[in-house]
Amino acid sequence: MPQSQWTPRKRSWRHRLTDLSIKIGEAVTRRVRFFGDLTFFAASTVFWLFARRPSKGTLVPIFYNVGVLSLPVVILTGMFVGMVLAVQSFPQFKLVGLESRIGGAINLSLVKELGPVLAATMLAGRVGSSIAAELGTMRVTEQIDALTSMGPNPIHYLVVPRFLACLILIPGLTIMADAMGVFGGAFLSIDVLGVDWGYYWDYSRRMVGPFEIFAGMFKSIFFGGAIAMISCHQGFHCEAGAEGVGKAATHSFVISFVMILILDLVLGIFLDRFQTAFFGGPTGGMLG
Amino acid sequence: MTESKDKVTWEGQVYSDAEGQRRVLRRRRPLLETEHLYVEFDGREVLRDINLPIRRGETVAIIGESGCGKTVLLKTLIGLNKPTYGNIWLDGVDLTSMSSRQLSEARTRFGFVFQQAALFDSMTIWENVAFPIVQNRPKTRKDEINETVHRLLLEVGLTQDVEQRYPAELSGGMRKRVGFARALAINPELMLYDEPTTGLDPIMSDVINEMIINARDQHKVTGVIVTHDMKSAKKVADRIVMLYPLRRLGEDEPQVLFDGPPDEIDDTDDKRVWQFINGYAGERLMEMTKN
Ligand SMILES: Nc1ncnc2c1ncn2[C@@H]1O[C@H](COP(=O)(O)OP(=O)(O)OP(=O)(O)O)[C@@H](O)[C@H]1O
Ligand SMILES: [Mg+2]
Repeated sequence: MPQSQWTPRKRSWRHRLTDLSIKIGEAVTRRVRFFGDLTFFAASTVFWLFARRPSKGTLVPIFYNVGVLSLPVVILTGMFVGMVLAVQSFPQFKLVGLESRIGGAINLSLVKELGPVLAATMLAGRVGSSIAAELGTMRVTEQIDALTSMGPNPIHYLVVPRFLACLILIPGLTIMADAMGVFGGAFLSIDVLGVDWGYYWDYSRRMVGPFEIFAGMFKSIFFGGAIAMISCHQGFHCEAGAEGVGKAATHSFVISFVMILILDLVLGIFLDRFQTAFFGGPTGGMLG
Repeated sequence: MTESKDKVTWEGQVYSDAEGQRRVLRRRRPLLETEHLYVEFDGREVLRDINLPIRRGETVAIIGESGCGKTVLLKTLIGLNKPTYGNIWLDGVDLTSMSSRQLSEARTRFGFVFQQAALFDSMTIWENVAFPIVQNRPKTRKDEINETVHRLLLEVGLTQDVEQRYPAELSGGMRKRVGFARALAINPELMLYDEPTTGLDPIMSDVINEMIINARDQHKVTGVIVTHDMKSAKKVADRIVMLYPLRRLGEDEPQVLFDGPPDEIDDTDDKRVWQFINGYAGERLMEMTKN
C-alpha cells in the first residue's frame, strides 16, 4: 500500500505527556467531584435522619427485604467459607503439627475479617444493586420528580429508610455469617478432618475474645452505611434509559466493594491500635 | 435584579414608582411569572431569558420541537430544576429563594401530570391517587380519602375495579388518566401538564383535552400545557407560547418565537412558527442527511 505523502509525524513525547496529564487531571477532577457529591448526599441523609421520623409504612418493607430476604444467602456463604477455611488451612497446620489449634485460626479470621466482609459483600450485591436499580428506575421514569412535586423530600422518603435498614440490620447479618462460618469450620474440622473437639474449642476461645467480636460488628456498621449511601447515590444520579439503570446497579456494587475493602483496612488498623492501647494487645496468641 | 426587588414590595395592585408616586397597575399580578430565566446543564444552555407571566384562570400551551426545553421549563416552574439565573414569582414570592420546607409547601398548590405518568410502581392505583392526600393532609380520615379517590377516578373515567391493580397492569392511556387524578387530588390552583396527549390515540387525546377543559372550568385551575399537538393546543389553550431550541438560534435572538392567542398563530409571518404548526421538515431533512 503506498504511503500517503502527508502522514502526520508521530506526536512528540511532549504532546503525549500533555495529553496524558490532561487526562489524568480530568479523571482526578471527576473523582473529587464524585466524592464531594457523595459526601453532600450523605450529609443531607444524616440531616433528614434527625429532622423528621420516617414513617412506619416506608420502613417495614425495606427492613424485611434487607434483613429477612438476605438471610439465606448470608447463611449459605458463611457456612461454605468456614468449611473452605478448614479444608485449606488444615494441611499446613498438620505439617507443623499444630492441627489441634486450627480452631483458633479459623474462628479468628471468620469473626474479625471474613464474617463482616462477606456479609457486607452479600448486602452490596443483593440489596445495594437492587436499591440502585430501583431508585434509578424511579429517577428515569420521573417518579422521583413526581414524589418531590407532591411535597415529600426524596432523601427523607427514599434514602433515609434504606440507610437505616442497612445500618441497623448489617450487624445481625454479620453475626449470622460468623455463626454459620464457625459452624461450618467446626463441622469440617472435627467431624471430617478429625481434629479433637476439646482442643478445637479451647483454642478458639483463647483467640477470639469479646473485643474481636465487637471489632467485626463495629466494622460492619460502617460497611452497611457505605453500601446504602453509595447505592442510593448511584440510583439518584442514574442516567436515562435501561442502560443507565444497569450501569447504576453494577457501579454501585463495584464502588461499594472497593469501599468495603478500603474501610476494612483503615478500620482494621485503627482497631488494632485501639486494642493495643487499651487492652495491651490481641486476645490470645497462637502459641499460647 | 433591582427591578425584581420592586415587585416584592407590590401591595395588591398599587405600588409606588421611582418618584414616590402611587400608581395603580393595569393588570393583576400573575399567579406565576418567570423573569429573565436561564437554565443550563453542565454549561450547556437550555433556556435563555424566558419572561413568561401565567395569569390566574388562563390556560397556556407551550409548544416547540423535541429537545427545546419544554419539560425543563415546566420542571423549573415548580423548583425541580434550579435555574442558573433569574426569578420565578409565585404570588409575588420568589420560588428560587425558598427553603426546601417552603418549597414543598408551595408545591401543594401545584398539580403535575408527567410525560410518562410517573406513577409509583410499588403502589396500587388507590395508593397512588391517595398519596398526595396522605402526605399533605395526614389527618384525613380513611373513608374520606376513599371517597375522594373514587370521585377522582370516576372523573377521569376509571371504575373502582382498577383501584387494587398496579400501574404495570394498566394501559398507557389509563396510566395517564390515573396520573391526572393524582395531580388533582389536593385541589391545586395550577396544573402543569407535560405532553398529556402524546402517545395516545386521537379519541383518547380528545378525552384528555376535555378533562383539561373540565379541570379549568369546574375546579377553576390555571393550566400550563406542554405539547406538540397543535390541535390540542388550539382546543384547550387561551394562549400559545412557542419555544425554539437554542442551538438553532443566534446569540441575541429571543427564544420565545410566539406568545399570543391561538387564532393569531396562523397569521404569523415567522417562517419557523409556520414550519412547526404545519409540520414541515424542509431544510431539516437536508441537514440530517448531510451528517
Ligand atoms: N437533568 C438534565 N441534565 C442534563 N441535560 C438535561 C437534563 N434535563 C434535560 N436536559 C437537556 O435539556 C434539553 C431539553 O430537554 P427537554 O426534556 O426539556 O426537552 P423537551 O422540549 O421536553 O423535548 P420532548 O418534546 O422530546 O419531551 C435536552 O437537550 C436535554 O438533553
Ligand atoms: Mg419533554
